[in-house]
Amino acid sequence: MATMETATTERPIGFGRLRRKEDARFIRGKGTYLDDIRLPGMVHGVMLRSPYAHAKILSIDTSKALAHPGVAAVVTAKDLETLGLAWMPTISYDTQAVLAGDKVRFQGQEVAFVIAVDEYRARDALSLIDVEYEPLPAVVNARKALDPDAPLIRDDKESQVDNLASPLWEAGDEEATDRAFAEADTIVTRDIIYPRCHPAPLETCGMIADFNPKTGQLDIYNGNQAPNAHRTVYAHVAGLAEHMIRIRCNDIGGGFGNKVPVYPGYVCAIAGSIVAGVPVKWIEDRSENLMSTGFARDYVMHAEMCSKDGKITGLRVDVIADHGAFDSTAQPTKFPAGFFHIVCGSYDLEAAHVQVKAVYTNKAPGGVAYRCSFRITEAVYLVERMVDALALEMKVDPIELRMRSFIKPEQFPYETTTGWTYDSGEYAKTMREAMRIAGYDELRKEQASKRARGELMGIGVSFFTEGVGAGPRKHMDILGLAMNDGADLRVHPSGKAMVSISAQTQGQGHETTFAQIVAEELGIPPEDVQVRHGDTDRTPYGLGTYGSRSTPVSGAAVAVVSRKVRDKARLIAATMLETRAEDLAWEKGRWYVKGDPEKGAMIEEIAQYAYSGEAMPEGMEGGLDAQVIYDPPNLTYPCGAYIAVVDVDPDTAAVEVRRFIAVDDCGVRINPMIVEGQIHGGLAEGIGIALMEVITFDDEGNCLNGSFMDYLIPTALECPDFELGETITPCPHHPLGAKGVGESPNVGSPPAIVNAVIDAVHATHGVDHIDMPCTPARVWAAMQGRPEPPQ
Amino acid sequence: MEVKITINGQEVSRDVEPRTLLVHFIRDTPGLTGTHWGCDTSNCGACVVLMDGKPIKSCTTLAAMCVGHEIRTVESLEQNGRLDPIQMAFHEKHGLHCGFCTPGMLMTTRALLDSNPNPTEAEIRTAISGAICRCTGYKNIVSAVRWAAEHEAATRQEA
Amino acid sequence: MQTPAPFEYERATSVEGAIATLAKLGPEARLIAGGHSLLPMMKLRLANPEHLIDINDLEELSYIEERQNEIRIGALTRHAELLEAELLARRAPVFRDAEEVIADPVVRNRGTIGGSLCQADAAEDLSAVCAALKAQVVIRGPSGERIVGMDGFYIGPFTTAVGADEMLTEVRIPLRAGAGSAHEKVERRAGDFAIAAVSAAVWLEGGVIADAGLALGALGPTTIIASRGEEALKGKPPSEELFAEAGEIAKEDCAPVPDGRGPVDYKRHLASVLTVRALRHATARALQQEA
Repeated sequence: MATMETATTERPIGFGRLRRKEDARFIRGKGTYLDDIRLPGMVHGVMLRSPYAHAKILSIDTSKALAHPGVAAVVTAKDLETLGLAWMPTISYDTQAVLAGDKVRFQGQEVAFVIAVDEYRARDALSLIDVEYEPLPAVVNARKALDPDAPLIRDDKESQVDNLASPLWEAGDEEATDRAFAEADTIVTRDIIYPRCHPAPLETCGMIADFNPKTGQLDIYNGNQAPNAHRTVYAHVAGLAEHMIRIRCNDIGGGFGNKVPVYPGYVCAIAGSIVAGVPVKWIEDRSENLMSTGFARDYVMHAEMCSKDGKITGLRVDVIADHGAFDSTAQPTKFPAGFFHIVCGSYDLEAAHVQVKAVYTNKAPGGVAYRCSFRITEAVYLVERMVDALALEMKVDPIELRMRSFIKPEQFPYETTTGWTYDSGEYAKTMREAMRIAGYDELRKEQASKRARGELMGIGVSFFTEGVGAGPRKHMDILGLAMNDGADLRVHPSGKAMVSISAQTQGQGHETTFAQIVAEELGIPPEDVQVRHGDTDRTPYGLGTYGSRSTPVSGAAVAVVSRKVRDKARLIAATMLETRAEDLAWEKGRWYVKGDPEKGAMIEEIAQYAYSGEAMPEGMEGGLDAQVIYDPPNLTYPCGAYIAVVDVDPDTAAVEVRRFIAVDDCGVRINPMIVEGQIHGGLAEGIGIALMEVITFDDEGNCLNGSFMDYLIPTALECPDFELGETITPCPHHPLGAKGVGESPNVGSPPAIVNAVIDAVHATHGVDHIDMPCTPARVWAAMQGRPEPPQ
Repeated sequence: MEVKITINGQEVSRDVEPRTLLVHFIRDTPGLTGTHWGCDTSNCGACVVLMDGKPIKSCTTLAAMCVGHEIRTVESLEQNGRLDPIQMAFHEKHGLHCGFCTPGMLMTTRALLDSNPNPTEAEIRTAISGAICRCTGYKNIVSAVRWAAEHEAATRQEA
Repeated sequence: MQTPAPFEYERATSVEGAIATLAKLGPEARLIAGGHSLLPMMKLRLANPEHLIDINDLEELSYIEERQNEIRIGALTRHAELLEAELLARRAPVFRDAEEVIADPVVRNRGTIGGSLCQADAAEDLSAVCAALKAQVVIRGPSGERIVGMDGFYIGPFTTAVGADEMLTEVRIPLRAGAGSAHEKVERRAGDFAIAAVSAAVWLEGGVIADAGLALGALGPTTIIASRGEEALKGKPPSEELFAEAGEIAKEDCAPVPDGRGPVDYKRHLASVLTVRALRHATARALQQEA
């Protein structure tokens, strides 16, 4: 497609507000999402799912379904057992049933897979499958999962005697923390829940598996955030040759962590295609997405925070993590609770102690998703709620308490009490910028005069530091695969380029941003740099996009590989100009002779030379390309100051977010337009989580939020006109000084909004905590003195 | 049954079951996969197309019900290689990320501008309140519609 | 995406034809207009009619007309048309209040007043609107037309007085002097069904409320006509105290069930709050009309 006609004249060669290259196909409706792909002979798979949260399967009769016109096959656990695929490993070294054989363990669990000529007929056949269940009592409350009389969920695992999914994870120093509390002036305690919610990208999960029995090639089309890792997993699990598997992601309609795990539907599609020899498409509907795919959060937390001499000194947190029926949380191997222990926050604490245990319940598996930065959303929510609780107790302004307790700029790199080394930050400066944009003092005045009139206005603050860009190979792997990412850069004879990356966009604008990095480093205009991604045959190995790692890891990889090419170009230029490399200087797009700037070689000329028959520098091969696998030396640590202004209807308790101010410090911004867009989107998600998104269950384990009628996502009417600001504290170890930002808005916004709601009703109604979501009913109950945790 | 619908000015005729939803009828027509679906309960708006100029949710309409009516999808916006101002606007103001909600948003806002050439921010937000975007937070979509409104007003003035 | 089970489809070319087809095919046949209540249920396979009779071509059922003492609305009139109608905004503003919060603008292009009333969902806003306005509906069947008041229209949850071989064709809104009306709704998010909703209508005469209509939505198995509340208002001059009294009665007389939208005590609380607000607003409008 030709270059987009655009009204803007802003066409930076490098960093800047470049309009996106990928827009061209999307605004024309010419994206290629999973369900847009039709292959010859393709058939459709649809999943039969359990209506019960916990039940024995006594029998499955598929004969009527098989006899239904248009049905090609009905697959059950028995069939998969013969292929060794009835169970599959999860990212957390647990196992998960692909199709339930002995028991179902959550409502919505996969029981049978119908393959038919089209989706309509496949769905018709679902009702013809007879499954006889014997219902069992369900474990729905995570707090009760370890009760002695709790039903055993994972009786499939020989050594499992209870519902503990993961042994205790501990961080920090218990003794030092006890001392800090013993010496404290003020201590507050809170029970805080981060309820189960769901990333719910607009495009649901699905796959087309196309096995060619003649060649043994398995072609997979699948929107997933880590295609290389998935390929390795399929090779391992299905006993297939990894070099014969190709995964293509094409366009993905949103991921947000929902498209990281391997789902039973994928395995069934692959198995179906291998057995039938035709392409099999499986794409879930929305209720399947909400009820069975990777949910987010579900942390039940008990915390204490203390202060001395006006400053926060200590924190204790105990967590029960609800992982659902199978442990399939995605996080680096050595971090089963993810990065939750960053809960020490942005504060110079004396000591902290964190304990997390994970339990099984009769609910869908998951937990790490929805822009959580590996549990940092939970950690920041906890610490920012506790800081506000402490501020209330100390009768100190919540910003004032934060300012006093912040890590100071001169303390960086800062080692936290729980083992993190924060890279850089100027927290007070970022906080002040948010206060300036918000007009904080005026807001407090307005609040006071409104309160006098019986109007409830709340101002809530949160300040977060998070760690993204996992991570150094000596510390971080997923399933034994190092969390490194690659970049291949080839400059063609004409001077145009192609960079292949292992990051996987689901809307983040990689085709533009990564072209801009090459442009910045080499001076090749972004429209002349093609970014190739989403094809495991044609891209380097890497662990994909989640945890805000695209910029910190792949962005660094692209910068480093561009510099490798630039260094090679220098040597070639020296040969071309018959001078020494040390005598050359660089200006964007060109090496020139230091003493004689007219004399130089442009990158296109160098490229042409490199492919011509001319003599190359001693020992150097022809062409102008380079490859890199980037191993980040550390995470990067973006931070931000957020301020929410809410109005609570005093009679109905309905909450409206009137203003939201977000000042992010994500280091150097490659494309500020895209960065701002990411922030807008995450803030909207935060509003959803804080006010309306939740997945709840009744006592029998029936999911009560299995459609968009009851899993409520904010519309344009619930989101204010976001007000953004920035401070820029470059990352000292990242080649571009960039830190990454994708998850920050989701990390920082829920606590700001909840703090604001409580701020609105504390003085008049004595409320000092409300659990999310702050729906009108729940806020009203809190105002009556009875805040209820969600079920 | 044979269902004949005018889509983007062309007659499309196929033999389908009565239960065939309009969204599937459209998507099964070659070249017309721009109209998407994202839910089961008529909430998300990814499927919005225009029927006789008004936005409707094509997932909650039978193809059979559209016989005798004009359907316009996102593919109709670009004419003779020229983008509709609303398409230019979304590009200019970064009103899309993953692009999945975009066709529905484009058709909804195209219809808005056709009936209300100078909408306020509140009117824009109301008009798109039947469509969910998970990526953008809506702010840039609102800006895009304002940009398109101003662009079209300027074009009308010049004319 | 979820898809409906198979069914037969035909298009009605006249009201009589639609009714005759209903009579012929029996209870397995359903009329479909906007389809935004029926089709979602069919996709979830909660409703599986064997025949659908599409009545969207019956343009003769799409109108909003002022007669001498009433406004007549054809059953096929779309929500979007009810929202835009200046006649209704002037004479029965409760319609516009409600339409602004019914579903979303795109759904409103298809959904109809007939379909909404016949769906008989207690949380459906137009049911409360019509009940408060003391509307009557015209029901046509094989043996002719009959007129039913809103107080006799809802028989039980999702059940109306419309028989299996009958069609609702028209809604009649009585017009009297001194009228004011308003609709108040609380929802978890724009477009959601109500946690609670109240429609109120007052007719002022000589400084007192000569007549009142008070209907509660999402607060019971069907739309509730709060007749005890209506009685308490009649003959009295409007005042905050009077509204509060009516609110207390509404709170007592509603029958909410706890669900994801809220517990019983919160819904009862909303019954009183929204009754007061709706009455206050309706009265202010009635006074403006007089002025």
